[in-house]
Amino acid sequence: MKRRFITLGRIIRTGMVNFVRGLWLALAAVAIMVITLTIILFSVIVNATFGHTVDQIANQVNVSVFLKDNVSDTQAKNFATSIRGQADVKRVDYLDKQQAQIAFINQNGGNQTLQSAVVETGNPIPATIHVFPRDLNDIVNINKFLSQSKYKSLQTSGSPSYNGDRKKAIDNITHATNILRRAGVAAVILFAFISVLIIFNTIQMAIFNRRDEIQIERLLGASTTFIRGPFVVESIIYGILSAIVSVLLINALFVTASSSLQATSFGLLDIAYSQKFFEAHYWILLAAQLGLGILIGTASSVIATRRYLKFKTPKK
Amino acid sequence: MILLDRVTKTYNKNLGPALDRVSLHVEPKEFVVVIGQSGAGKSTLLKLLTREERPSSGKIIIGGIDYDKLRDRDIPILRRKIGVVFQDFKLLPNRTVFENVAFALEIVGASKREIESTVPKVLDIVNLKGKEKRMPMELSGGERQRVAIARAIVRQPKILIADEPTGNLDPKHAWDVIRVLEKINKFGTTVLLTTHNQDIVNKLKRRVVTIEHGRVASDRANASYKI
Repeated sequence: MKRRFITLGRIIRTGMVNFVRGLWLALAAVAIMVITLTIILFSVIVNATFGHTVDQIANQVNVSVFLKDNVSDTQAKNFATSIRGQADVKRVDYLDKQQAQIAFINQNGGNQTLQSAVVETGNPIPATIHVFPRDLNDIVNINKFLSQSKYKSLQTSGSPSYNGDRKKAIDNITHATNILRRAGVAAVILFAFISVLIIFNTIQMAIFNRRDEIQIERLLGASTTFIRGPFVVESIIYGILSAIVSVLLINALFVTASSSLQATSFGLLDIAYSQKFFEAHYWILLAAQLGLGILIGTASSVIATRRYLKFKTPKK
Repeated sequence: MILLDRVTKTYNKNLGPALDRVSLHVEPKEFVVVIGQSGAGKSTLLKLLTREERPSSGKIIIGGIDYDKLRDRDIPILRRKIGVVFQDFKLLPNRTVFENVAFALEIVGASKREIESTVPKVLDIVNLKGKEKRMPMELSGGERQRVAIARAIVRQPKILIADEPTGNLDPKHAWDVIRVLEKINKFGTTVLLTTHNQDIVNKLKRRVVTIEHGRVASDRANASYKI
């Protein structure tokens, strides 16, 4: 047991000494890892911001249920309660005739003729229930629920509003948000995959430069762990340093260039949200970057050393 | 101590065997010199002994270890029992003289105290006292070879294999190295030395095994250089 501790201590120490002695090569490897980890972090933040923007659009989509004038307030409220009980429904807003009229007038604040027409005709706006789905893809289910004959009898002829042009618009938004969300996740995975390949190759190159060393140690009778260990330790140091620097880089970017970023956000990305997301998840992102850096470093060095550790003795 | 029984090694069937049914028996504490022209099979013989290569046929037993029964994961344990001096030194370039020698002890899990007391003594034997902190790049060829010898003997192996250790050295340094090997042999280590150096073979007057075209052409005691 004592020997194992001695060996472990030596492996860690040798890894650190090798890092310092081969500082230039180590710095080059760290620089590449910083760039790639920063790209991953950046893509995660952009994806989160993009997702937030898409959510904001999706949140505004709802199905409106227009109630007949003869439906009592109690009936309407019971109906609203049963809609609220559906798993697919996020929120239900019930507006009686008067509230619906006020909402209509507010929505059409600029159109005086329309406003006066509504008042003069004795409020033709029906009591309305706005149903907000948890997910845009749930709208079809919600529509099916609302269209049951027992509920349909409470509604006006054009209700629920998921039909005609409005259905088309909602379907288009749903389709677009689905694609955008998937594209965001795909982009993060793609960047992460490319980054992993780049980091793997960088570490492999660093180890390739020292393959003779591995072979010498092998000839002297060093065990696989004893030879591989320092390389793994060195790669873990690369991973830790790169993760910290990448998070600091993004932090510095937000601190120093936040206003200029706002100006160049192409109107698509909510930079303020990006910053908020980054600050709110600072420690999680740092931990994830550290985990990723350490994991890729370890895996790369284990794989890269394997080929030089093999015994060159083909079976008889 | 070393037993080879009809060992054959073929790398490429079209080129014929590099070693052809070689049998050799080396007693404990013996000093054996293996000579032969380039390409005769000396290096292959040593690579088989250190298990860098596996024989195509035949049996090898070293220090009681039967190579047929040796699993890959036990090869490091075997190599720790044999001291090897390579012609091209094979020193670890980013470690100091002290660290290179200490490495042989580190891999067997020796304590810091053990290393700090043993390594200076061995460096003293090979006349490298005071050069502990030098890097291999800062040493002459002879000094590097002596570091390699120090590393090979620091674990006090029962067998020392030296592959042309004087190949890259001038006569004075070559003799320094041979004297160290004789000294180690006197302490009880079996030494197997391959060399091209006629003068060394003639003056050593030890058992000489000549290899020609992959076969043992002669095996003579107190012999001189003759190919």
